[in-house]
Amino acid sequence: MKKSYIVILSAALFGWASCHRTPDTPTPTTPTVETLEVPQPSYFPAMVYDLKSNPLTTDGFQLGRSLFYDGILSRNGTIACGTCHQQAAAFTHHGHDLSHGIDDKIGMRNAPAIQNMAWEKDFLWDGGVHQLDLFPMAPIENPVEMDEKLSNVLQKLRDSKNPNYPELFKKAFGTTEINTERFTKALSQFMLFLVSNNSRYDLYLKGSTNAITATEKEGLAVFKQKCATCHASELFTDHSFRNNGLDMARSTDQGRFRITQNPDDLYKFKVPSLRNVSYTSPYMHDGRFTTLEQVLDHYAKNAKQSATLDPILQQATPAGIPLTDDEKLKIIAFLKTLSDDSFVKDWRFSDPGFGKSF
Amino acid sequence: MKNNLLWASGWSLVLLLFIQSCKSDPDPYANNSLTLSFSNKVGSDGVVLGSGNYKNAVGEDFTVTTFSYFISNISLKKADGTVYTYPQDSSYFLIREANIDSKKVVLKGVPTGDFTELKFMIGVDSLRNTMDLSRRKGVLDPGDISHDDGMYWSWNSGYIFLKLEGNSSKVAADATGNQKFRYHIGGFGGYNTKTFNNIRTVTLPLGSIVAKVGPAQQPTIEVVADIAKIFDGTQKISLAQYPTVMFADFSSTVANNYAAMFKISGVKD
Repeated sequence: MKKSYIVILSAALFGWASCHRTPDTPTPTTPTVETLEVPQPSYFPAMVYDLKSNPLTTDGFQLGRSLFYDGILSRNGTIACGTCHQQAAAFTHHGHDLSHGIDDKIGMRNAPAIQNMAWEKDFLWDGGVHQLDLFPMAPIENPVEMDEKLSNVLQKLRDSKNPNYPELFKKAFGTTEINTERFTKALSQFMLFLVSNNSRYDLYLKGSTNAITATEKEGLAVFKQKCATCHASELFTDHSFRNNGLDMARSTDQGRFRITQNPDDLYKFKVPSLRNVSYTSPYMHDGRFTTLEQVLDHYAKNAKQSATLDPILQQATPAGIPLTDDEKLKIIAFLKTLSDDSFVKDWRFSDPGFGKSF
Repeated sequence: MKNNLLWASGWSLVLLLFIQSCKSDPDPYANNSLTLSFSNKVGSDGVVLGSGNYKNAVGEDFTVTTFSYFISNISLKKADGTVYTYPQDSSYFLIREANIDSKKVVLKGVPTGDFTELKFMIGVDSLRNTMDLSRRKGVLDPGDISHDDGMYWSWNSGYIFLKLEGNSSKVAADATGNQKFRYHIGGFGGYNTKTFNNIRTVTLPLGSIVAKVGPAQQPTIEVVADIAKIFDGTQKISLAQYPTVMFADFSSTVANNYAAMFKISGVKD
């Protein structure tokens, strides 16, 4: 008797519960997904990018790679990301102080390297973009870079037959829908996977004490003493913005001030990583130096005094970092151990055949 | 006998719960709606893009070629003092003078009641400015067609809250002979470094007429934005002196002025 009551009651509750399910949303059919893992070298800091918000897959990475090298992102099809970010130069614009973009218009700053992006806190020399997924809009909409509207890029991708982007998006994200989030996250997947941690210096860090020479080790010691305050950690940057004493008389570029409007930030630029620095010439935010010797000469004797000059460079008189010629040679010898040959030659990161690098 | 009674009452309970749970419409206010109808004016004149000629508070002539702004985080106060906040994820609207549909904001599912006050933000709150792109759809999507005249700063991540562009004979001509003024106002306070914050909140009492919302009552609140006030508020602004205001401290003066540009012109049943 009691039992039957319980049966009825539970049937009732089942009926009640069954109708309270949230309506089934059609889940996109995801075929077997091959995931990719961004390597986390033990001696790197913790990643900044939230990979949970954009899990890497082989198909997502391949889509991102195609988008990265395709001129379809620009107004007239001539400029791709890979135009100004060339793999052989550690994804910088080889030989260009300032990049030339669409219609041969000259950019405002030197194209920085794309490497180890998962550890990057801010993007652009002035840190105007704070999240990797938000980055691609900047060059796309810049009138001297790609000069295109994001909505139009998305439309061109939807209409594209070769490559068949709707199909590539379906492989990467489950349906043929092409939207801002998928577009930028695919590009992020490609860029996040560009990890450089295979230089001779990395071998040294992993325990091969003979991977770098005695001179290079001496250079490392000088570097630690004189450069590593700003070029800190094994990423060789503390991610800060600093005025390193460049002569600003020739430039209207106000650096970080453009983003914060704080006079204390005038002429401050991001401290770049020095990984692959031998590939990324010319140097500084405006590419004014073509050799590492010129860079070290700047710090040793040419730093300009100004209101926002970094305090670290004001400790010496005259301002800068005192360096002997011998120290300069050794530092440069050390910096060359940061060249990651396998990174700049890794076929997985290369142009799949668009030919927009020039 | 007793047994039968038990069975009958038991199964009627089953039936009752089924019927109750399977009602297609669990939200009693789902069919309620309230419309905010925005009209943009200069003083008492309606805006005619391109051809309308107007004068600002310092006597400068001007035309308007673009006028767009974000409205967000809408809430409504009832006569009894309680406040209804419109669901935050759906509470972002981009009003564009060039697009008639964008000027009608239909709020769905507003609870039944007598509303006496409207409150909204001009611009986009800082949190949404920094959210993952999966949380920015529709007018918040920088790749949305509504962004084609540029309501997002890609070089300095953040939304442009209000954009006013036009021509004035008092603006010095540029190299191509154009005498354009451009006001692009944004700035949510900075992501990891504090910057100016141009988010402004507007509170507009409806006055003597309340907006009665119910199953059979879908009122429209008519809101007027007076462009003249952008140049005439806490500080009078001259186009000759400030032809271009974008991401700089002076933008806050413009934001302070436009914070007072809205008024209620009527409530219709």
